[in-house]
Amino acid sequence: MASPTPVTVSIALNGQPPQQVTVPDSSVPLLYVLRNQFGLKGPKFGCGFGQCGACSVILFGEIARSCQATIDAIQQLMTLYHIPLTAPISVTTLEGLGTPASPHPLQQAFLDQQAGQCAYCANAMIMGAYSWLGGRIAAGNMAVPSVSEVEDFLSNSVYTDPFTGAVTPTPYLCRCGAHVRFVSAIQEAAKGMA
Amino acid sequence: MLDKKINRRGFLTKSGALVVGFSFVPAVASFLTPAAPALAGADTNSPDQAGSGLAIDDPASGDAWLAIDASGGVTVYCGKVELGTGVQTALSQIVAEELYLSFGQIVTFIQGDTSVTPNQGYTAGSQTIQGAGVQLRQAAATAFQALLQLASQQIGVAVPALRAQDGKIGIGHNLNRALTYGQMVSRQQIQLALDPNAPVKNPTDYTIVGQPVPRVDLPGKVFGQFSYVQDVVLPGMLHGRVVRPAGRNATLVGVSPLSSGLAGSPQIVKKGNFVGVVATDEWAAIQAASQLNVTWNPGAPLAATDDGTATARASLMQALQNPANTFNTSKLFSTGDAASGLAGAKKTLQATYFTPYQMHAPIGPSCAVADVRSSPDSNGIQATIWSGTQGIYQLQGAIAQLLGLPTSAVHVIYVEASGCYGHNGADDAAADAALLSQAVGAPVRVQWMRPDEHAWEPLGPAMVHALQGGLDSHGNVAAWEHSLWTQTHSTRPGGRAGNLLAGQELGFAPQTESPTGLLGGRNSGVNYAFPNYLVTASSVRSFTTATSGSTTQTTNLFPRTTALRTLGGFSNTFANESFTDEMAMAANADPLAFRQQYLSDPRGLAVLNAVATAANWKAMPWPTTAAQAQSTPLFGRGLAYVQYENNFAYVATYAEVLVDPTTGVVQVTHVIVAHDCGLIINPDGLKNQIEGNVVQATSRTLKEEVLFDANGVTSTTWAGVPTSNTWSIKYNPGPSYSILHFTEVPTVQVVLLDQPTQPALGAGEPTSETMAAAIGNAIYFAIGVRLRELPFTPATVLAAWQAALGL
Repeated sequence: MASPTPVTVSIALNGQPPQQVTVPDSSVPLLYVLRNQFGLKGPKFGCGFGQCGACSVILFGEIARSCQATIDAIQQLMTLYHIPLTAPISVTTLEGLGTPASPHPLQQAFLDQQAGQCAYCANAMIMGAYSWLGGRIAAGNMAVPSVSEVEDFLSNSVYTDPFTGAVTPTPYLCRCGAHVRFVSAIQEAAKGMA
Repeated sequence: MLDKKINRRGFLTKSGALVVGFSFVPAVASFLTPAAPALAGADTNSPDQAGSGLAIDDPASGDAWLAIDASGGVTVYCGKVELGTGVQTALSQIVAEELYLSFGQIVTFIQGDTSVTPNQGYTAGSQTIQGAGVQLRQAAATAFQALLQLASQQIGVAVPALRAQDGKIGIGHNLNRALTYGQMVSRQQIQLALDPNAPVKNPTDYTIVGQPVPRVDLPGKVFGQFSYVQDVVLPGMLHGRVVRPAGRNATLVGVSPLSSGLAGSPQIVKKGNFVGVVATDEWAAIQAASQLNVTWNPGAPLAATDDGTATARASLMQALQNPANTFNTSKLFSTGDAASGLAGAKKTLQATYFTPYQMHAPIGPSCAVADVRSSPDSNGIQATIWSGTQGIYQLQGAIAQLLGLPTSAVHVIYVEASGCYGHNGADDAAADAALLSQAVGAPVRVQWMRPDEHAWEPLGPAMVHALQGGLDSHGNVAAWEHSLWTQTHSTRPGGRAGNLLAGQELGFAPQTESPTGLLGGRNSGVNYAFPNYLVTASSVRSFTTATSGSTTQTTNLFPRTTALRTLGGFSNTFANESFTDEMAMAANADPLAFRQQYLSDPRGLAVLNAVATAANWKAMPWPTTAAQAQSTPLFGRGLAYVQYENNFAYVATYAEVLVDPTTGVVQVTHVIVAHDCGLIINPDGLKNQIEGNVVQATSRTLKEEVLFDANGVTSTTWAGVPTSNTWSIKYNPGPSYSILHFTEVPTVQVVLLDQPTQPALGAGEPTSETMAAAIGNAIYFAIGVRLRELPFTPATVLAAWQAALGL
C-alpha cells in the first residue's frame, strides 16, 4: 500500500472566499472533502462509481460527479488547463444555488411541482438540470425542452472525460419513481432561467 | 403519577400543557369523564401489519400521542416514521383538522425515538395512514374535547355556544371572548387518556384533510439543508467500513495487519466472522477496508444460482419447488373443491409464473451512527443509535442483544434515510456501527458502499407460482388453483441479534422460520367469485443452523430474504392477473368483461369502470398465434385489478406498450391507474405515491433481477460506468442490477375515486401489485406471446417470441 500524500488545496465554494483545506490523502474524491470538511449536505454519496449522479456538483463551471473527482485528478486537470495549482478550485453545490428566501428557479420549480419523494436524489436532478439548462441557454437555446429532451438528458447525459475526451452516457437515477415530476419541474424551471 | 418520559420532554412544567397519552390514568383529568380506553388487540400475527386499530404494540413503550403547550404549540409523537412517502405531511393534516388549527399552523412532528414515541410497530405495509392516522385523529379529537371543556369553564358559557377556528375557541360566529389553546392550558397540567369515543369531525366539514398540502420536508431537501441519516455528525465521530465475508457461508481464517503510517490511523475490528475497520477520516476508512487482506474459508455453496440464463433460472425454480427445501405447505384460501372442479371442467389451463429475487436498492446506501459508551449515562442509556430503520423498538432489542446490554440501555433514534421500500440494509448498518463503536470506544459512522448494499441487503424473495384453471361448457370458471413457493418475506430485526447480518457473523441464531412468519401470501387470493378455489403456499427454508455452546453457525441455502414493497403481492398479482387474462382468453371473453363478471364489490367495479372509461377500452380480438415481426413496434394494451390484501385499497391499472420486433425492447408508453383508498387525506401526495408505484413497479417488471452465484450476489453495482480514465475511480464492473432510466418511464394518468365517508386506506403499495400483470397482458396483445417470468428484458422477450414463432 502506497503511503498517502497529504496535500493542501484552496477551494472557492459557492462564491465564498477561497478556503485552504488539508486532506490527508490526495486520492480523496472531492465529495468527501465537501461533506466532511465543509459540512455540506447537498452533495450525496450514492454509488461511488459515477453511476447515479447523487454527488453532482459544478466544478470549474462544469457538471462533475464529485465521487469521481479525486484531488489528484482535479490537480491533473488544472495542469492540463494551465491553471496554477495554487489557484482556488471553484465549486458550486446545491447550497450555492439558492436559499428558501431566494430560491433558484429550479428549486422553486421542484417545490411547485412537489417533485420528490425521499428526495435523496434531488441534488442529482437539480444540479444536473442546472448545468444542462444553463448550457442550452448560454448557447442561445431559450426553448423550453420537451419531455423527451429532458428524459434523454437525464438518461444519457454525455459525460466527456476531460483527459481523454471519451464520452460515456451517464444516467441520473431515482428509486422512488418521482421521475414524472422531476421532468415537469425541469421544464418549469427552464422558463424561469431563460 | 408522572411518567419519566413525559418529564424528559419537559412538558409538565409550571407553564402548563395538555398531553394526550396512551397509558395515562383517566382520573388525572378529573374535570372530564373520559371513557377508559378500550383497546383493540394488536395484530401480532404479521409484523408488517402491526400498529393498526387504536392499540399500540407495546403500551409500556411510550405514552404520549400529542401535546399542546402553553404557547399553543402542537407536538405529535409518532412511532410511524417518514420514509419519504409524505406521511408526516398527511398525519399532520389529520391532527390539524381535528384540532381546528389554521391551514398553515405548524404541527411539530416527533417521530421514531425509543425515548419518546410510542411503539406502533414497523412503518410498513401501507399501514401508516390507515393505522396511525386513526390513532392520531382520535388523540387530537380527545384533546379537542378537553379544550372545549376548558373553554367552557374559562369563558363561562356552555359548550354548545362555543366555536373553534384557527387554534382558538370563542363564542359564536365571531369567536367572541376567544381564548387560544395556549392560554387555556397555561399553568395547567392535564394528562388525558386517549378516548376512543371522542367525537371526530364530519368529513364534510374538512378544510385541511383532502387538500393538496405541500410536503413539509421537501423545502429542506431541495436547498441542501435537510439532514438524512447519512448527514448525522457527532463530536469525535470516527468512520467505519465493514469487510463482509467472501461468501454467504464463509468463515474467517485471518486478517493481515494494516501497514503502519496510513492516513486516518485505521484500526481493525474483528469479532467472530465480523471484520471492520475504523479510522478518523472517511476516505482513509474506505481505503483501508478495500486494501485489507482477509482470508476466508469459503463454506457451503448456496443451493441454487441465477446468472440470468434460462438454464440457471430453470434450476432455481426447481430448487425452490423441491420438497426437500420446503418445510411447510398451508392452505391460504379454499372454497368448494378445486381438484374435482378441475377434473370436471370442460377446458383446463395450467401455467407456471416466476419472479426473481429483487432488491430495495436505495439511491443512498444504508448508513448508521452509533455511540456506545463503556457505562450508562444518567438516563441509563449506554448505546445510542441513529438509524433509518423501519422499526426503532425492534432494532433496539436486537442491538441490545448484540452488544450484551439491557434493552433499556439502548436508545434508537430514527433519522430519515434514502427511500427504502422495505427492509433494506438499514438495520444491518446500525448493527455494524454499534459493534464498531463498542470495539473502539468512540462514536462511529458506518456508510455502506454501493456494493455493500447491492450484495448484502436482504432481498425480496424469488417466487414460483403454479396456476391451474378450469372452464365449464359455458365458458364460466369452474375451478382455480394457485400454488406458490417462497422463502420468508420478513426477517426484520424483531429484537433478535441473529436477524442482523453482523449478529449472524457473531454466531447469534436468526429467528426460527415458521410458516406464519413467511408472509408470502399477500394477495395470493383473488377477489373474484370463483367456485372451487384453492390457494396453497409452500415455505422454502432459507437456512439451517447448527448450535455449539453459545454460538450458532447459520448455513444459508438461498439468499437472505425479507420484506420488499408489497411482500408477495407484487409477484402473486403478476401471476393471478396474468392467469386471469389466460382464462379470459380461453373463455373468449374480453379481459374487462371477464373481470366484471366475477367481481361483485361495487368499489372494485367502480375502479375497473373508471380505468376503462379513461382508457376508452374496447374489446379486441385475442391474438391466437405469435405476431410476425414487422418493421415497426407493435402496440398492445393490458389491464390488471387488485384489492390490496384482498381487503383494502382498490386499484385498476391499464398499461400500453410498444414492443420492438428487432430488439425485444418493451417500452411502457402510457399507464392509467384508477385508485380508491377511501377518504383521501392529500390528493397530491396520493398522486405522487401512485406515480412512484407505477414507475418503480415498471422498473421491477422490465429490468430487475438479482444475479448470484454459489457464494452470493454478483450484481453489485448500477449499470452505466464512466470507464478507462484517470478521472474515475478504478473498479472492475461486474454484472449490474439496473433500474428504470428516465427514457423508459411511461406517462402516468391517475384517476382518484374519493370516498369521504369511508376509512382512509394506505396507498404506499397497492398500485405496485398491478403493474407486472398489466404490462405482461399488454405484451400479449402486442405480440401474441405470454411472458410468465420477470423481468421482461429485451433478451427474454426476443427469445420467447422467436421460440413461439419456431425460429
